[in-house]
Amino acid sequence: MKPAPFRYERPRDLNAALSMLAASSGFAKIIAGGQSLGPMLNLRLVQPELIVDISGLAELKRAEISGGELVLGALVTHADIEDGRTADVTRGAMRAVAANIAYRAVRNRGTIGGSLSHADPAADWISSLAALGARVTLRSLAGARTMAIEAFVVGALESALQAGEIVEAIHVPVRAASAHWGYAKSCRKTGEFAHAIGAVLVDPSAASARIVIGAIDTTPIVVTDAAELFGGRIAADYKQRFDARVADALLTKAGIDDATQRHIHVSVLKRAVLEAAA
Amino acid sequence: MKEGAEVRNEREFPHGKSGQGVGARLPRKEDDRLMRGRGQYVADIRLAGLQDVAFVRSPMAHARIRGIHVPERYRGSVFTAADLVGIKPIRAVSGLPGFKISEQPVLATGKVRQVGELVAMCLAPTRAEAEDIAASVTLDLEELPAITDMLKAREPGSALVHEHWGDNVFLETNYEVDISAALDAPIKLTREISTARQCMSPLEGRGVVATFERRLDQLTLHSAAQMPHITRSGLAECLGMEEGQIRIISPDVGGGFGHKGILLPEEVCLSWLTMQRGHPVRWTEDRREHLVASSNCREHHYKITVYADRDGTLRGIDCEATVDSGAYSSYPFSACLEAAQVASILPGPYKMPAYRCRTFSVATNKCPILPYRGVARTGVCFALELMLDLVAAEAGLEPGEVRLRNLVLPDEMPFDNITRKHFDSGDYPEAMRRALAAIDIASIRAKQSQGETDGRRIGVGVSIYCEQAAHGTSVYSGWGIPMVPGHEQASARLTPDGGLELRVGVHSHGQGMETTLAQVAHEMLGIDVAKIRIILGDTAMTPYSTGTWGSRSMVMAGGAVATACRELGERALRIGAKLLQHDPASVVLQNGEVRGVNGSVSIQTIAHTWYRRPQDLPADVDPGGLEVTQGYKPVRDSGTFSYAAHAAVVAVDPDVGEVEILDYVIVEDGGVLVNPLVVDGQIYGGLAQGIGTALYEEMPFDASGQPLATTLADYLLPGATEVPAARLDHMETPSPYTQFGVKGIGEGGAIAPPAAIANAVNDALRPLGVELMQSPITPHRVVEAVLAARTAERSAA
Repeated sequence: MKPAPFRYERPRDLNAALSMLAASSGFAKIIAGGQSLGPMLNLRLVQPELIVDISGLAELKRAEISGGELVLGALVTHADIEDGRTADVTRGAMRAVAANIAYRAVRNRGTIGGSLSHADPAADWISSLAALGARVTLRSLAGARTMAIEAFVVGALESALQAGEIVEAIHVPVRAASAHWGYAKSCRKTGEFAHAIGAVLVDPSAASARIVIGAIDTTPIVVTDAAELFGGRIAADYKQRFDARVADALLTKAGIDDATQRHIHVSVLKRAVLEAAA
Repeated sequence: MKEGAEVRNEREFPHGKSGQGVGARLPRKEDDRLMRGRGQYVADIRLAGLQDVAFVRSPMAHARIRGIHVPERYRGSVFTAADLVGIKPIRAVSGLPGFKISEQPVLATGKVRQVGELVAMCLAPTRAEAEDIAASVTLDLEELPAITDMLKAREPGSALVHEHWGDNVFLETNYEVDISAALDAPIKLTREISTARQCMSPLEGRGVVATFERRLDQLTLHSAAQMPHITRSGLAECLGMEEGQIRIISPDVGGGFGHKGILLPEEVCLSWLTMQRGHPVRWTEDRREHLVASSNCREHHYKITVYADRDGTLRGIDCEATVDSGAYSSYPFSACLEAAQVASILPGPYKMPAYRCRTFSVATNKCPILPYRGVARTGVCFALELMLDLVAAEAGLEPGEVRLRNLVLPDEMPFDNITRKHFDSGDYPEAMRRALAAIDIASIRAKQSQGETDGRRIGVGVSIYCEQAAHGTSVYSGWGIPMVPGHEQASARLTPDGGLELRVGVHSHGQGMETTLAQVAHEMLGIDVAKIRIILGDTAMTPYSTGTWGSRSMVMAGGAVATACRELGERALRIGAKLLQHDPASVVLQNGEVRGVNGSVSIQTIAHTWYRRPQDLPADVDPGGLEVTQGYKPVRDSGTFSYAAHAAVVAVDPDVGEVEILDYVIVEDGGVLVNPLVVDGQIYGGLAQGIGTALYEEMPFDASGQPLATTLADYLLPGATEVPAARLDHMETPSPYTQFGVKGIGEGGAIAPPAAIANAVNDALRPLGVELMQSPITPHRVVEAVLAARTAERSAA
């Protein structure tokens, strides 16, 4: 299990990195923490000509509250968030998610931008950040564009990133004081990728809810206006009104044929709903 | 009892109490090295001129090889079967009647019969470059139908793994005792039960560094091997060399579990290669190779009927057991050891008047099945103990009661069971009673009747097994495999400064034998264990032994060390008596010195005299000196029987399928324990593997024979967070047949957990109408069964 030969560059600033990516005409891979790419290289599942190591890019390590939202550089690690080294606008929601990603060695090196770029359906950030209503900024030499997380993840291990483009920052909106947050996942064992994820952000006073069913074989199911899952309206009694049949139908529509799998997903989502709290 | 006078079964080990002898909870000597990262494993060995090997392996489960294409630039660095002139295939024959022989070519010829089978060997200065070469080699394969289902493989008309056999059955056996007597039993339950294919997954995989030393005309193979002398015999046969021309060095070994007892085609290939090239070569197994191509085990299927009376008394068992043996018969244990053992051990620790078991060892297009810790017993225990719980449910009894009604009783020992297994000693009901008391069945039943607030369901399960260990000549001669254990030997040598060197042919790959064998020697000679060195893992340095397998090393090598040390002690005593100017009959060897009425002389002084001042020796001194090799066999070599009762409490989420182990109790009787701390470690480690079998580990295959769990992301092993802090209780019933009364205990921890945990899960879910009869118990299987039971209930209503 040794990687195929590749060239390696470690640029010192973002523009240099973007230039290298642009010049590589698509045969480059970006490495940050290397927690997913490392094994894939060793298994020769990817055989890039060039590895651009962005771990030296200070501008991607920043985390700041700006314009009423939290802006996290792509190189912020899971452990940075878990340990509270970054500011938080989610009242602990992101910190709790971070603390349960894989195990500590992975969290020490793995980055939020890397996790999003890898777009593994079973990863935590693509589901939890979609539920929190986060957006992601992508940058290339041609400029920057920003999109919702659910638009960024387009399939299993497939993101909207184009050749020459890099995840620059993640924008997380402030979680309202009245918003309930619930996040549940089921893993075969501690530290393994989840086989079911449920994330809910419910604001009974605003009558709004975002629901995510993640760790399915494809893009997470993101319902930005989730009233249908609660009998048509979001109110204080939303937990009692949760309608498992609607969730099951969403999964069927997403192509999950196995009734057992659907039942597990619905049960985990239900767990997230029941555990949701302000 | 032939040597009764020499066998001490009472608790009379003075040095155990002093902190170093038999019975002492001594921290492991080797841990100072191993826990500081100073161990030396095969992959740590650096030899000048060393080059690395990567293998081209078959991507298909079953195919005819039409061509192997090597790019021009790599000719000379790639070797195929056509190059290995004169190398014989690996043949592991069983003497059991009807056994069909497979020949495993070390590099594939004609056909490939499993994914991962070696096709070509690529050599380069580094492993990465060797993998580049391997990636450039293309295979022209004509795919053949893959045989992946052992039950279908038994049917007429199945595609064939070995065409000339005419079917896919390595061996069929049949054992019967009066089964017709059971047929009128009021309880008759039949089920199909299966255990998944697993991978053994020691921390260290296999690895080989081969070199040829011209001066000695000797091939030296550094290999992560638990049975180096057996590896040497097998290697010599394949290479056509004299055994004396081959030296196997097995350095520190990071776990074996059976995987490292097997002669590998890689070992043969690298031996040939180093002799061709004249420089050292290395192959280190990576985790994907380990999972895909090498270390499979455990895949059993049972169709089993249990007959019982209404009070839970067993009337008989009728079983048809099938084991997926994979493509080839592995050296030395053969392809049928697992299935054929099922027939003899299925009755477990229970009495019954009627019994029948047919077994099938079936060839498929998968890795050869290898003997993994617990060999056959884990599957047998799973099948039998699940059935006993069904008997209990049918009879309206507590599962523990059904066990107690049928277990062999202490006053029946020694006991010959229905398959003529000879139980040496023990109180099985007491182990079960203690486990039931410790797990507190009554309080769990009370809790169950109240229900859980979190939607989960609580269940309790028990299981009990017996572990035949250190079975010797009388047992293995019947199997007719390439290896039959005889007398075990040990060499003991006093050094001029009064230290002790012990040489044994068994190996230690986690068992702590550098400590426990030193404790045995301390018990005999009183020498400080810090001054006792254990030399093992090198055919040039150690007496011949079949090695470490079958939980035999403490019984066999421990017995041999004690025997050698006793003789050494007598020789030292005669020299000491002379130095004290006493009659030898009037002195004793105690606490490392020879004592008489006038004073004492230390072993150190005695050794100094023998080596440095021979002028002071008595005239009648034993010319063999202070170096002794002695052999040992237990008084009876049909094996020791250790046993344990396990009890588990679990919480099951019926909607998500998660299983949490809330409590776990083990009551174990391993005879006299040389080092209870080491035994605890063996039990905890075995428990972790048993939990893996119960809940996590599975190597699935698709219809074309592709193994699907090719990394540790897919092949799940339990980690620290999945293994509960089990509560251990020891009983110590000595074996009447062995030195000190010890019994082999190495595998037991891995035998009982799948059954105890499955019984607990079924206990939790039984009110929902759920019955899980397959390991591992995954969330998907739990929820699938729950949903099926709900559907069945709805359609019944």
